[in-house]
Amino acid sequence: MPTIILFSPLVGALIAGFGWRIIGERNAQLVTTALLFLAAALSWMLFYGAYETPETTLLFSWIHSGSFSVDWAVRMDRLTQIMLVVVTTVSSLVHLYSWGYMENDPQWKEGEVYKPRFFAYLSFFTFAMLALVTSDNLLQMFFGWEGVGVASYLLIGFYFRKPSANAAAIKAFVVNRVGDFGFALGIFAIYKMTDSVNFSDIFTQGHHLSTETIRFLWMDLNAAEVITFLLFIGAMGKSAQLFLHTWLPDAMEGPTPVSALIHAATMVTAGVFLVARMSPLFEYAPGTLVFVTIIGATTAFVAATIGLVQNDIKRVIAYSTMSQLGYMFAAAGVGVYQAAMFHLMTHAFFKAMLFLGAGAVIHAMHHEQDMRNYGALRKKIPLTFWAMMIGTLAITGVGIPLTDIGFAGFLSKDAIIESTYAAGTSVGQYAFWMLVIAAAMTAFYSWRLMFLTFYGPEKGDKHTHDHAHEAPMVMIIPLGVLALGATFAGMLWYGDFFGENVTEWFGPAVYTNHETNHVLHEAHNVAAWVKVSPFIAMLSGFLLAFWFYILSPSIPAALAKRNRHLYLFLLNKWYFDEVYDFLFVRPARRLGNFLWKRVDGDVIDGAINGLALGWIPRLTRAVNRMQSGYLYHYAFATIIGVVALISLVAISGGAH
Amino acid sequence: MENTVILSITTFLPLFGAAVLMVFLRGNDAVAVRNAKLLALFTTVVTFLVSLVILFKFDPSDTGFQMVEQKEWLGGLTYKLGVDGISVLFVMLTTFIMPIVIGASWKVETRVKEYMILFLMLETLMIGVFVALDLVLFYGFFEAGLIPMFLIIGIWGGKDRIYAAFKFFLYTLLGSLLMLIAMIYMWYVSGTTDIEALMSFDFSSAPISVLGITIAGGVQTLLFLAFFASFAVKLPMWPVHTWLPDAHVQAPTAGSIVLAAILIKMGGYGFLRFSLPMFPVASDLLQNFIFFLSVAAIILTSLIALAQTDMKKLIAYSSVAHMGFVTMGIFAFNQQGLDGAIFQMISHGIVAGALFMVVGVIYDRMHTREIAAFGGLALNMPRYALVFMLFTMANVGLPGLSGFVGEVLTLAAVFKVNTWVAFGATSGVILSAAYALWLYRRVMFGDLIKESLKGLSDMDTREKLLFAPLVFLTVLFGVYPTLVLDITGPSVEALLQHFHSALGVVQTATEAVTH
Repeated sequence: MPTIILFSPLVGALIAGFGWRIIGERNAQLVTTALLFLAAALSWMLFYGAYETPETTLLFSWIHSGSFSVDWAVRMDRLTQIMLVVVTTVSSLVHLYSWGYMENDPQWKEGEVYKPRFFAYLSFFTFAMLALVTSDNLLQMFFGWEGVGVASYLLIGFYFRKPSANAAAIKAFVVNRVGDFGFALGIFAIYKMTDSVNFSDIFTQGHHLSTETIRFLWMDLNAAEVITFLLFIGAMGKSAQLFLHTWLPDAMEGPTPVSALIHAATMVTAGVFLVARMSPLFEYAPGTLVFVTIIGATTAFVAATIGLVQNDIKRVIAYSTMSQLGYMFAAAGVGVYQAAMFHLMTHAFFKAMLFLGAGAVIHAMHHEQDMRNYGALRKKIPLTFWAMMIGTLAITGVGIPLTDIGFAGFLSKDAIIESTYAAGTSVGQYAFWMLVIAAAMTAFYSWRLMFLTFYGPEKGDKHTHDHAHEAPMVMIIPLGVLALGATFAGMLWYGDFFGENVTEWFGPAVYTNHETNHVLHEAHNVAAWVKVSPFIAMLSGFLLAFWFYILSPSIPAALAKRNRHLYLFLLNKWYFDEVYDFLFVRPARRLGNFLWKRVDGDVIDGAINGLALGWIPRLTRAVNRMQSGYLYHYAFATIIGVVALISLVAISGGAH
Repeated sequence: MENTVILSITTFLPLFGAAVLMVFLRGNDAVAVRNAKLLALFTTVVTFLVSLVILFKFDPSDTGFQMVEQKEWLGGLTYKLGVDGISVLFVMLTTFIMPIVIGASWKVETRVKEYMILFLMLETLMIGVFVALDLVLFYGFFEAGLIPMFLIIGIWGGKDRIYAAFKFFLYTLLGSLLMLIAMIYMWYVSGTTDIEALMSFDFSSAPISVLGITIAGGVQTLLFLAFFASFAVKLPMWPVHTWLPDAHVQAPTAGSIVLAAILIKMGGYGFLRFSLPMFPVASDLLQNFIFFLSVAAIILTSLIALAQTDMKKLIAYSSVAHMGFVTMGIFAFNQQGLDGAIFQMISHGIVAGALFMVVGVIYDRMHTREIAAFGGLALNMPRYALVFMLFTMANVGLPGLSGFVGEVLTLAAVFKVNTWVAFGATSGVILSAAYALWLYRRVMFGDLIKESLKGLSDMDTREKLLFAPLVFLTVLFGVYPTLVLDITGPSVEALLQHFHSALGVVQTATEAVTH
């Protein structure tokens, strides 16, 4: 059954991609979507199984060279299971949604076929993602990791006529490769230390690795720390954490269903999954965990600040995604991988919904994405409005304080914030405050989005507003399903992910070093003010947004004017792109040019050609002769003679 | 020893075809041209089918040379052929790629007969290099291969073909002359030219003093360097790589394919066949030197590729970078390194060959290789876009395609030995993604604005047929590389055992002296 889940998207992708000319566009869509729903149904069936021990199904061998021995295999445990459900559910809904969203895409001209390609890419992405999460070794995981990267590249650049889409696609791939650079080195380091890259061998080595040193470059370091640190670099790239995040906002160039599936719900969470998956090693690397916490908490904060001022509806949600991913890493960093996975799951539901809802708004507004041209859409697209409302309630974490009742984000986000406090370390304190402040900002930008889009007066093009229309049912149904998830997922699975069942539910999939890590237990006993603080933060964010965008809408502009530098700093995303361009992109080009023209051309060629200078007169003569055919015949005759002799001897049996 | 002549047949079949062409094909009319192409294609296909017998008969578990043929020749020389797990796949790669090369030449119009004859001769010489088990024979094949390639570039090449042809010829010839001197010395010392015997001959590694400079590793080091001069140019390694971009740019498409797929692999093969087994002490001594050049190749030529404006030059520089992984893997002296290096060469043969053919497809239509002349081709050439994308991804080492296996094995291998090298080389994966995707974007993506491009047709049946086997192997070797690794594994293991025991003996001896 896991094998069917894994391969049905691949089959769909191949049929749609190569067979659409035979079966037709519509059937290509039908096949991919149906296969995805099959995979989702099977995943939910497996979800309710118990996983006391991981089950591994061997498919066939992959790379075998001495002790480097890797097979294609499917590993089933609770972590895989959670990811299977998340990936196949969101993916199947996005497939369905795309029937409506991609129906008449204005980016393409009459007669250009784009839909089968789109669906093939979506399904291929899903396959790669499933290969990533079902892997039983680091190399297959890397296969999925790069596979989703390629799918992401293809889908970001789906509108390949647009230069901005192409640039964003390449940026996403290359920045991710920087992360992969770390991931790959991490794999090699593990292989060096344990002589294996298979989980079953690696996972027993955590303690041992923490007592070993590894020579890395000029340093002798603790092996467990080096390995986990390198792996985390990979996670930072994929999950758009600070310093490797610049690709994610640009990735919004892709069609909106892609943003929902890849850049919100699934691919970008692969980094969190990686850390949780490798918890048997991370648990023995306290230094790396501190780093993970700091990066996660800081990302949550920085991304939220940028989200405050963005005007493109998709970019707001993109920064929100980046921020929420930071929450997950902060949880993993303090050793509560379960809370990270919890938030991963709930976030997948409500963020996919926000993106799909944004897509419905964009669809209604003739592909206008600037929120300054929205307003008063509440009445025109009520179903979309309610979906977005539920998403907003979920992401901002609305619920009843000190109970387990609330929208999905309320339970999972609070679990994370409580965990960071419960860690009881100064880093945990730092994370706690960063996350609480970020929670206030989350509420602010989320409500800002809602108010600008659905409330206030109509702004922008009048014609567009007049023709604003509700999306078709194929787009509304996925929103409805996700709304269920965004509302109930938190309450439904709180006990399993964070409450009383957590240990047995996760089984051996997540490892906790009980000698040093009691955070999960402690998190339930934190003081009441800690539990209430995210709620207060959320409330203050909401009130501020309400004041700014409903009561007196002139404030934001005035504020931006008065704090111009701060505003520009945030609007320009802390100038990361500009700095990177200056530090890496331009020098690389310049260096390449220099190496080519000066080193290759002048130094190397200059030296060697200079040596051969004496030959040139002779060469010219030879050229003349060659062109007249003499040299050609001469050389030819020589070889023929030599080889004929050889063959004669060979065939006749030699001169014994 | 079983009695078989299969290697001789495979080696000389193309030459036989060339002879038939030369003797029986007269005239210059369309029929003759067509017949020349068909006969060449027929010959290479038959050669490939015959070579399948080699693969079929080959027993991977036997680490010695197989299907050996040995005949006394004139003047005390020996004619000796054989294959082991290291060479057999190169033979197969050659026979596999040649029908595609001929197919890619279908549009050639000038001097077709001579063109086909030269390619057929070249095939014989290339196969000969990989099956020869005698120094003289090897050298003959190795050097003679220069001439047809020289002529192919010089006659059928682009605008600056003469410069490129001579650059190619001189670079490789100068390297080889040192190798010839070393070979003569080796025969003088050991009394044999049998490669198998030389592999277990113990060349002195006692330090010697030349003009007051003490050379560690002594004779071995000198011999190693002499061979190195030849192999490094051939592969090519940084900084003696500059002939390759020029040769590629000027060579006709088919010439580029042969160059990238087979000819440059002779350098890597040479390291495995000669340097490691015959001069283990010197190899060990110069490990860091080779590592340095390998990483320099990977990083520097990748950066250079970023700056290119000519499609072929970009791919040529990328080839140099990929060969950096080969030398790095070989000199890691462990199973993964050598397996990975061989795999990388096989995979690169397929992928780079395909990429040069990819360029050929639009060159045939537009007669330019300037990247800036294209843009938006994905709109009217969707099938071409797919093939181009696949090989671009294989070139950047995407897991699941063949390019990944060699890279990951060589990197894992070298990480065990030297993390600096692994660190530097792994950074190459970032740069390769940058230049490869940049190329693809400029050529295939964007809007189709240029009038001249609007009428371009997608690949025709011939082109699809040529790409099909390459696509198939790229995916197959990426998903199931076991097919290759099972063949190379045992021979590599034996080679390494021999290598390390030879090193061990020397070390023990040195220790004994110092005590």
